[in-house]
Amino acid sequence: MLIFVLKRLASTIPVVLIAITACFFILRLAPGGPFDQERALPPEVLANLRAYYHLDDSLIVQYLRYLGRLAQLDLGPSFVTKDFTVARQIAIGLPYTLILGGSAFLLAILGGIVAGIYGALYHNRSADWLIGAVAMTGLVVPNFLVAPILQLVFGVRLGWLPVGGWGDGGPRFLLLPVLVLALPHIARISRLMRGSLIETMNSNFIKTATAKGIGRRRVVLGHALRPALTPVVSYLGPAAGYLLTGSIVVEQIFGIPGIGRYFVNAALNRDYGMVLGTVIFYMALIVLLNLLVDLAYAWLDPKVRQR
Amino acid sequence: MTLYAGKREALEDAFLGRDDEMPRGKPRSVTRDAMRRLRANKAAMTALFVFAFIVLAALVGPYLIPYDYETPDWNAFTAPPSIESGHYFGTDQNGRDLLARTLYGTRISLLVALIATAVSVVVGVLYGAVSGFAGGRIDSAMMRFVDVMYALPYILFVILLMVMFGRNVFLLFAAIGLLEWLTMARIVRGQTLSLKEKEFVEAARAAGVSSFPIILRHIVPNLVGPVVIYASLTIPEIVITESFLSYLGFGVQEPLTSLGTLISEGTGAIGAADWLLLFPGGVLVTMLLALAFIGDGLRDAFDPKDR
Amino acid sequence: MSFSFKTFTGALALSTVLALGAAHAKELVMYNGGDVTSLDPHKLSGDWEDRVEGDIFEGLFTEDAKAKPIPGVAESYETSEDGLTWTFKLRDDAKWSDGEPVTAEDFVFAFKRLMDPKTAAQYAYLQYPIKNAAAINTGKIDDLDQLGVKAVDDKTLEITLEQPVPYYPSLLTHYTAYPVPKHLIDKVGDDWVQIGTIVTDGPYKPVEWVPGSHVLTARNEYWHGGQEKLDIDGVRFLSMEDVSAGFRRYQAGEIDLMTDYPKDQFKFIQENLPGEGHFAPFAGLYYYVFNTSKPPFDDEKVREALSLAVNREVIGPKVLGSGEPAAYGWVPPGMNNYPEEGARFDWASEPYPERLEKAKALLEEAGYGPDKPLNVTLSYNTNDNHKRVAVAIAAMWKPLGVNVSLENTEVKVHYANLRQGAFEVARAGWLADFNDPVNFLDLLKSGIEMNYGQWSNEDYNQLLAEAAKTQDLDQRAGILEKAEKIALDRDAALPIYFYLSENIVSPKVKGFEDNVFDKHRTRWLSMTE
Repeated sequence: MLIFVLKRLASTIPVVLIAITACFFILRLAPGGPFDQERALPPEVLANLRAYYHLDDSLIVQYLRYLGRLAQLDLGPSFVTKDFTVARQIAIGLPYTLILGGSAFLLAILGGIVAGIYGALYHNRSADWLIGAVAMTGLVVPNFLVAPILQLVFGVRLGWLPVGGWGDGGPRFLLLPVLVLALPHIARISRLMRGSLIETMNSNFIKTATAKGIGRRRVVLGHALRPALTPVVSYLGPAAGYLLTGSIVVEQIFGIPGIGRYFVNAALNRDYGMVLGTVIFYMALIVLLNLLVDLAYAWLDPKVRQR
Repeated sequence: MTLYAGKREALEDAFLGRDDEMPRGKPRSVTRDAMRRLRANKAAMTALFVFAFIVLAALVGPYLIPYDYETPDWNAFTAPPSIESGHYFGTDQNGRDLLARTLYGTRISLLVALIATAVSVVVGVLYGAVSGFAGGRIDSAMMRFVDVMYALPYILFVILLMVMFGRNVFLLFAAIGLLEWLTMARIVRGQTLSLKEKEFVEAARAAGVSSFPIILRHIVPNLVGPVVIYASLTIPEIVITESFLSYLGFGVQEPLTSLGTLISEGTGAIGAADWLLLFPGGVLVTMLLALAFIGDGLRDAFDPKDR
Repeated sequence: MSFSFKTFTGALALSTVLALGAAHAKELVMYNGGDVTSLDPHKLSGDWEDRVEGDIFEGLFTEDAKAKPIPGVAESYETSEDGLTWTFKLRDDAKWSDGEPVTAEDFVFAFKRLMDPKTAAQYAYLQYPIKNAAAINTGKIDDLDQLGVKAVDDKTLEITLEQPVPYYPSLLTHYTAYPVPKHLIDKVGDDWVQIGTIVTDGPYKPVEWVPGSHVLTARNEYWHGGQEKLDIDGVRFLSMEDVSAGFRRYQAGEIDLMTDYPKDQFKFIQENLPGEGHFAPFAGLYYYVFNTSKPPFDDEKVREALSLAVNREVIGPKVLGSGEPAAYGWVPPGMNNYPEEGARFDWASEPYPERLEKAKALLEEAGYGPDKPLNVTLSYNTNDNHKRVAVAIAAMWKPLGVNVSLENTEVKVHYANLRQGAFEVARAGWLADFNDPVNFLDLLKSGIEMNYGQWSNEDYNQLLAEAAKTQDLDQRAGILEKAEKIALDRDAALPIYFYLSENIVSPKVKGFEDNVFDKHRTRWLSMTE
């Protein structure tokens, strides 16, 4: 198992390198630079700034310098948020992102699986229909529409919950943003779960189990659930990725710091170092999550494990 | 409630119909069978009519109303809906008829969604099935490539594409479509991995059928269930992705518009000019719900396991 | 269902307990727009940063509640006959937040650091009136000691200028003229701005900074003004991009002061929050710039026709909704050293239909008509307000037979295009840095980076040069007005409206005075619980 993990990690290194290289050059080829702004700078000052951040060297030299620093785990300075290095800013944003994204991820998995099982067990009955309708709504309403409405209802009108901000990071502050972030994924997972569980329940081995007189609950939890989880698990990798990018909107609307917001602002501000830093961070996280998904996959389906 | 009842009746009809047919020993066509069941599914058929109406309205509507989508009515800025003025949906902040803009926005959103989904389905299914079926080195290489694509936070892709080549609707299709196939490919691969261990595939292989025909004849048809479910999830997701980009300011170029752009403009006016959000939002949600019901209907109709 | 409801109520109960423990001092929560990029006064560029910086630092001069320059660290000053040498006597009790005195040497160090090319200060050019400043900053002089700033003794500072500057006190309130703590920078270098290390000389000091979230300040107990003069204990400057979300937080009482607002809510605010919306004239101009280096915009007739056809009375009240005043001149009203209303377009008071006819005739003269329509690309940076103005103006140009294609890009691309001249007609804007009309008139001077359209007129340049040498303020105002008139007659650019400052202020906050610079230092504000 350990060898499998190490091998997988080693094989991602070229992937990450290619991605960094692509990002580096795409970013530099995009028009606009970090120092283009509402008030144009005199050419001399612009030259000073470019020299200060070594942007006046050739692209190849800059690229090699970046890789060299990266090898020493140095992500370099931020061109826009000048008082922080890229690494420090990511370290500051990380806990927020992890708490927000992690809570939403857990909520999406738990909520989605529970709702999906309910839907499958009460297949074509009112509970199923109700869950289906809620899930459908969760899917089709964009989060930047859900968020303001929830803010208005629970924050402004009812005054039950804070409208925004991180506050003390307590559940009061987290509830709305986590819910908004998790909603479409709860919906998607519940639909996948329901569909797959219905399919499994119709398969021969379950029919045999039922015929043997094993209780319905035990059949579902003991026999059907594990194989039925396969499509859900294969969705988790992408879901994690979507949660990370989806958090951009949630972070903006709720005024919460986080890597997603750093990333978008950095891309808009052409803060090259910061963009690359967040991209590397994202890639590492996504690679890691996909690895976990693969392991879960192997656990769920013994036939896959053998290979 | 009525929806659920209709669905069950539909399924019962399907069962009865099959029983009638069986004794006559006619060869059954999967597609014809499915279509018949789909026609009997009242929820799906209602959704289909609603969707057809929206499409028709988007295509023909603009020619039937007195206002176009780009000329301001200098006498009516942010005017509420009214029958007398002929602005049935009211006007936006630039005095443009909201009905006309909603119809045009629907056109653009539909175009984006349909093309992008088609791209993602074709590419994703073929890629995933080949990868899963081939297995071994080919599989792991192909999945590595998907990882590369995943590991690039895709919003950066789109932002850079939009920035480098200007705001072009067709680039939007390409960008979104080429991102969505990744998830499709993964899900299909996951399914294929389990499918290919199934008896009928092993039988075909034992009979000496070569790989590609097996994929096309045995694997792909059995993927219809998950693919249809996922595609029905993908369309709303693409529309939402498009609106997400609009929210971040990367939408289509004025004076063109999309439902997402209209909604993101409307969210700022909640409480002050609700119609700006209600009408485009209503159309979007109706359209996406209809699509979701159609997707479900297709699933019920196509899924061989339910028979 | 019951399961999820229980966790929901559980979460509510738990959070109530947490909220009870979080009582704190009088803290003003402000919606501050963008993310602060630095606390170093030499590395800033935005007005949202100025709001933080102006609370934590204090220059020789500072602003009163109405943003008029008043002595800050300077106790008194003298000006030489020729207006070139300014001698400042510093307050004895001016101290950094670590208790060290603020000395003349701190100012000398700060100005040298500002001009040192190695610092790469973005706004160094604002202080170019100082002798040799431009030469040092652009690398023509290597010796920093040549800068016209000198410490006579610990508490006496002497600044020599290149030429007399009548608005110099106003310029000294700018953050580029703030002192920096030499004793600290000598010790720790660039790390001096880190929270926990930084010392400042203003009424407040920064104590917490989470990028993407907020900067928090607290009282500076060493500030010379006296603690009893400060009512508010600290400010939480929130960085938020989504102004609608910010407004909802304001409505829920989580924010006390909004420095911007969602335009669609204007009517709602006027009707439901009477007295809370502060919309006041603001020294800023919103304009379109023509690329005069490219045909057809090198043709004055085309430019005039396009300008005539813009119905400015509609833009502020209807398109934007908060009633921004129409701009028929180049210099916003209310600037110092200038008549309340400077030059205006000759046709400013003509009725719109007549102007439209005139515009059509002009375009025809220029060779455009029904069979040869004029095609214009109008560029603006991505923003809801810019979009609305552009859409409205495109529609106003349409009756002239002008085909407009709109092109919006992100702000960085937009300004890169402007800098490189890659545009036809583009949106631009300017906010005054100091209280003088040259702030705006300089934008059209030849060889200036901000003159994006590269409009060039010798008479105009000469008038500006002449005004710079004129000491008599009335005479100077006359010369500047003449220059403004030339710019308008030749349609150098297309002024559209003058900005309004748009603040939404909670009734809890007292002492908020509207002013043309939209500067409201926290020391003048107070709060009721």
